[in-house]
Amino acid sequence: MVERTVTIKNRAGLHTRPAATIVKTAARFASDFFIEKDGMQINGKSIIGVMTLAAEQGSALILRFEGADEEQAAAALTELFERGFDEQ
Amino acid sequence: MNNKMPETDTEKKTAQEVVLRGIAAAPGIAMGPAYLYRKQIPRVEVKSISTSDVEAEKQRLHNATARAEKELKKILAFAEEKLGSQQAKIFEAQVMILNDAILMGEIERRIETELKNAEHIVADEISKYKRLMLAANDEYMHERAHDVDDVMNRIIRNIQDQKLFSRLEGESIIVSEILVAADTVIFSRNQVLGYATDFGGVTSHAALISRSLKIPAVVGLRSATKQIRTGDFIAIDGYAGTLVINPSEETIDALKRKTRKFREFEEQLVGIAGLAADTPDHRHIELSANIEFVDEIEFARLQGAAGIGLFRTESMLLDRITYLAEDEQYEIYKKVADGVFPHPVIFRTFDVGGDKLAPDSYHEANPFLGWRGIRVLLDRPDIFMAQLRALLRASTRKNVRIMFPMVTKVREVRQAKAFVKQAAEELQAKGIAYDPKIKIGVMIEVPSAAILAGEMAAEVDFLSIGSNDLIQYLLAVDRDNSLVAPLYSPFNPAVIRTIKGVIDAGHKKNVWVGMCGEMAGDPLATVLLVGLGLDEFSVLPTVLPEIKKIIRSVKYKEARRIADKMLALSTEEEIKEYLSSVVKTKLPEIPLE
Repeated sequence: MVERTVTIKNRAGLHTRPAATIVKTAARFASDFFIEKDGMQINGKSIIGVMTLAAEQGSALILRFEGADEEQAAAALTELFERGFDEQ
Repeated sequence: MNNKMPETDTEKKTAQEVVLRGIAAAPGIAMGPAYLYRKQIPRVEVKSISTSDVEAEKQRLHNATARAEKELKKILAFAEEKLGSQQAKIFEAQVMILNDAILMGEIERRIETELKNAEHIVADEISKYKRLMLAANDEYMHERAHDVDDVMNRIIRNIQDQKLFSRLEGESIIVSEILVAADTVIFSRNQVLGYATDFGGVTSHAALISRSLKIPAVVGLRSATKQIRTGDFIAIDGYAGTLVINPSEETIDALKRKTRKFREFEEQLVGIAGLAADTPDHRHIELSANIEFVDEIEFARLQGAAGIGLFRTESMLLDRITYLAEDEQYEIYKKVADGVFPHPVIFRTFDVGGDKLAPDSYHEANPFLGWRGIRVLLDRPDIFMAQLRALLRASTRKNVRIMFPMVTKVREVRQAKAFVKQAAEELQAKGIAYDPKIKIGVMIEVPSAAILAGEMAAEVDFLSIGSNDLIQYLLAVDRDNSLVAPLYSPFNPAVIRTIKGVIDAGHKKNVWVGMCGEMAGDPLATVLLVGLGLDEFSVLPTVLPEIKKIIRSVKYKEARRIADKMLALSTEEEIKEYLSSVVKTKLPEIPLE
């Protein structure tokens, strides 16, 4: 299992558009993907789950990956968060 | 328009005629059976199933989600067509949830292991997420919870094989407490004759949509849903803002005559689109249109608009935290500027209340007197600058004008102009083209701005009177509050004298003065406004030919005489009566109330 800690960088936080980007990116990998925030864990491949996170700018999230391509999945998702989902 | 008669032959209607008064939200007259619309919340019962039923139950779920997706995609397509892709985005998230493989997989797994009916599991599983969203102390999450709730109800209704609530039996007038934009969109795909609501105002999104769909609407009727049942024969008059339950033969005849008169008048207006809005003694009036979406340009042109006097840009703000990026805004502004060329288009910068952009869960006690218009823009340079750069970039053909909403003091105008200058310098530095002589104006919609009109005019190239807000602030009336709405009147002498003051102050500083509120499109006010010296009228495309006809029928000299007379009167009743008599004698073909 691979674990990464990321921070929400974009001003608007984890609203519907970034949530969709996360889910679409995660779907490209076979590994399981979970996101934990404030002790609550949701499936990162589920749009309705990611939508419930209500993560605003500055919040810290733990990303967990498990599966054959966990390293690649971790790299792709971490990069997405670092780029702030290409939003302002 | 449909004038279906009640079937008096088969069932004698003895019920009494009842008249309800509301606010005219979209013009037109409709008569027909009422359809009482209440948001349906499907009832979900828990039922046990046997192992052999599991596959069939899962199949029901699949069929239901497929149908739900089809419904949503239809609404999405319709909303995109009628309202533009930005407005339609609210439905996209719902489609995504329907396609959530993790969610659907979990629902199926629970059907298998718990051996309960699909709708119960759907309700239970999706409600978990809904509760989490509602628990967040955040308005945005609460709104998303409504989306999730909508999707859940849509799936459950389809599992239960219930008819879509909006699939009406024949033609009906929709009667409801309130209609939100999505409801209006859904219903308009059916045979809707008209809308009548208890609450809501003329500026509500539903009202705007019904006007663009040309469906008559009356809002603010207060008790319509309590007094009307599905199937009752009713009539709504979207000119006068009334609703009649069980209209008598005489009422039906009168409404039919009115419909005919309007139709005849509309026929008379054919061909006027190509003519100038000049008085018989050659005073030229700029007659332009108010629009919000790119698609409306063509209709405005067909109606004979000489440009766009108000392009609302609020639809660029998708919700509290998302707004279109500068490049996306530029694409839209450019399309508008090109579409309107060679005529000018006035873009009003974002005019939103704090509710759209305020921090989480911030509620204002008095939004009307709160953080809105230019106040928001000056506090949020990120949003303001992106919009100004996009507008400047779209101005290369020199037909773009910028207008600031809700200014109350001169300093705000100077600050806003400084932002325009800064945006221009940024473009200059990057070698991006824009119109260096771009015309800038302000809305006069607050009493302080009207009193300071001369000082405002010294700062800008034009003034545009926003009559809706100006009247509300001047008379201390919220016209969406049905208890005081009748006090709202453009013919209150205080309103007329204030307008006169603004026009004179503008002319003294050699700037032109226009009006983009609803008063500019009120046929009763046209002669008065011409006489007061108004240079530009910006009106809904639907009423434009009628206003042009009036302008072309009365000499400026005479209009001035009439305006002077009105300025000396002391009650709105006298003013209205006199102006009605003017229209009735000079233009008997104009259908007034």
